Amino acid sequence: MKKIIALVLSAVMTLSLCACGSSAETASSDAAAAADGKTTVKAGFITLHDENSTYDLNFINAAKEACEALGVEYVIKTNIPEGQECYEAACELADAGCNFIFADSFGHEDYMIEAAKEYKDVQFAHATGTKAHTEKLDNYHNAFASIYEGRYLAGIVAGMKLNEMIDNGDITADQAKIGYVGAYTYAEVISGYTSFFLGARSVCPTATMEVTFTGSWYDETAEKEGAQTLINDGCVLISQHADSMGAPTACETAGVPDVSYNGSTADACPNTFLVSSRIDWAPYFTYAITSIQDGKAFDTDWTGTIASGSVKLTDLGSSVADGTAEAIKAAQADIESGKLHVFNTDTFTVGGEVLTSYMADVDTDENYEGDHDVIKDGYFDESGEGLRSAPYFDLQIDGITLLDTKF
Amino acid sequence: MNNKKSEPLFHVIKRDDMTRGKAWGIRAISIVAALLLCALVTTVLTGDNPISVYATMFSGAFGSARKTWVTLQSLSILLIISLALTPAFRMRFWNCGGEGQVLMGGLAAAACMVTLDGKLPNALVIIIMIIASIAAGAIWGFIPAICKAKWNTNETLSTLMMNYIATQIVAYYTVLWESPKGSGKIGIINQNSNIGWLPEIGNKYLLSILVALLVTGFLYIYIYYSKHGYEICVVGESERTANYVGIKVPKVIVRTMLVSGALCGLAGLLLVGGINHTITTTIAGGQGFTAIMVSWLAKFNPITMIFTSLLIIFLGRGAGEIATVFELNQSFSDILTGIILFFIIGCEFFIRYKLVFRSGKKEEVKNV
Repeated sequence: MKKIIALVLSAVMTLSLCACGSSAETASSDAAAAADGKTTVKAGFITLHDENSTYDLNFINAAKEACEALGVEYVIKTNIPEGQECYEAACELADAGCNFIFADSFGHEDYMIEAAKEYKDVQFAHATGTKAHTEKLDNYHNAFASIYEGRYLAGIVAGMKLNEMIDNGDITADQAKIGYVGAYTYAEVISGYTSFFLGARSVCPTATMEVTFTGSWYDETAEKEGAQTLINDGCVLISQHADSMGAPTACETAGVPDVSYNGSTADACPNTFLVSSRIDWAPYFTYAITSIQDGKAFDTDWTGTIASGSVKLTDLGSSVADGTAEAIKAAQADIESGKLHVFNTDTFTVGGEVLTSYMADVDTDENYEGDHDVIKDGYFDESGEGLRSAPYFDLQIDGITLLDTKF
Repeated sequence: MNNKKSEPLFHVIKRDDMTRGKAWGIRAISIVAALLLCALVTTVLTGDNPISVYATMFSGAFGSARKTWVTLQSLSILLIISLALTPAFRMRFWNCGGEGQVLMGGLAAAACMVTLDGKLPNALVIIIMIIASIAAGAIWGFIPAICKAKWNTNETLSTLMMNYIATQIVAYYTVLWESPKGSGKIGIINQNSNIGWLPEIGNKYLLSILVALLVTGFLYIYIYYSKHGYEICVVGESERTANYVGIKVPKVIVRTMLVSGALCGLAGLLLVGGINHTITTTIAGGQGFTAIMVSWLAKFNPITMIFTSLLIIFLGRGAGEIATVFELNQSFSDILTGIILFFIIGCEFFIRYKLVFRSGKKEEVKNV
């Protein structure tokens, strides 16, 4: 008996020695000015899931790329839920000496604001958020990218594929119906599918679209079933705004062309993959970190564009129609030069009417009231200068049918 | 010894000669063995130094003042839920509905925060929240209890199914109260007015810790020194005996589940009103189920439960830190947690039973 106690005690003591030896904080470098007059940045990143989610992987890759290129120390905290855990994670990063802290999921926003109020010397940034321009904190920022430009180009790829199917006699012009699997009836999703549809209709005038919603940003089964419903309903091409492989695999099984999101699905779906659009966050991280290094203030709302390299299309799949690459290139040049506006009010109607003014809900409030007129110079000014970076296009345009709106 | 042919290689016999000290010795050895196996797995799979992995786990839970407070706060919530399930478990009523009872308590708190904002003074809102949360949790415990008492339904199934109903109700209200439209998120409720936010005592974390201490004390007395506690124990041992000595079994079942649900509701109140200030379908985070393990590991003893919930929280927080510091996937730290729990639960088997091998090896086993 005594032997056992002695054994246990010695084991415990050994372990506690190890624990004490390194319980000192490993990283606590203050944001002190370096030799060249620049502020030393340590970056902290908070992600909702880990690299198994394509959405978070996109951020993690960009964070590593930007920080390594700039030679900046960084910490990534993965699997942080959208609750008080986010606040605690942000505070822990600040305690550990981070002076730039970024969170990637919509539900993190309020908790980042709480942390920003407490740590005035630390710059907090949040992707997809809507509140930075109304909170008016010097150290809290929102960022997004005009992904609708990328989706418009992806729509052109889809439209040309529809034209090819019509020319081949696979479908009639009236049957050119697109299916779209969305997450929620949220402005970001509405803006996404509308721009995609407008891109498709710009080359295939008879195109129509049906949209279904899953009520989750990541639900493989629901997305798969949603895609299947659309295909059964006569949709001949599918796209999505949700993060799983559900829709692409359903398309591959059914042999229906698919435009995916957040990265290429060509490996898993070689026969049906057309193209995918995504946001590249590295330009934003580089911008924010270098601003802090130089001691400059940076944008409260930052919107990356296709011109700044924030919006990217993947390589085209093998089954795209002939001439697709050239058509995209031409449209991209027009968007970059300002000649082409995705939400040009001449290209769509709402309830049969052309829009001349629209009060969008830019400032978040409980009653979802419109507060800014966003129609200017003949187009809907999405993610406009002086407004906010997160999308606010929430109109139901003619030609798109919503199958369900319960989410 | 005459029937040698049919004797199996070993058989299991219940132990009754285990002293307390020896039992704790076996537990300690199993933890050391678990840590050694984890070390081996770590070195083989990742090449990282296992000792620094353990040190990182420790610093993840207690590395700074904030981390220590957060650990204690998480410990408190898990402890309250575990304590809540305990009276039901002592009665052999398998309440697997902690998750739903916590959610309903949290939803009631959130409902008060959303609907009473600007209509009533803050103090009154908080008092209504406390009553509403505890009542909501109690009702969610009452429904399966009355079904069991009246119609002898299987409580494991009914409490489990009540969880799903609670999740769906919360999902409905999430969409109803969402902000901005279509986002499916409520966000922090009353972020600027702070109406319905439970008051901070000292700092953000202390309130939950104090409530947990009070609940632990209350439950200890309730279980071991009250008439109710005794009745629970008798019903748990044998319903027939309880009937024979004049205990009204249905009444005890319903009363105990009201206590169980009410305490879960209290945990929901702390989660929504004191910590997160929002409601989501995942706000309980599976703790209603983890609490079952915590309660069992502690053999339904409220004081021991402090340590078993500390163990679970420590492993969880340490696991998160490993994922961050070593840039390992969180799944890896879950593997380590799994190994440790496997050993700890497994050793209970050897404390309660012994293996007796075929003659000859018998003596060796006895000396363990």
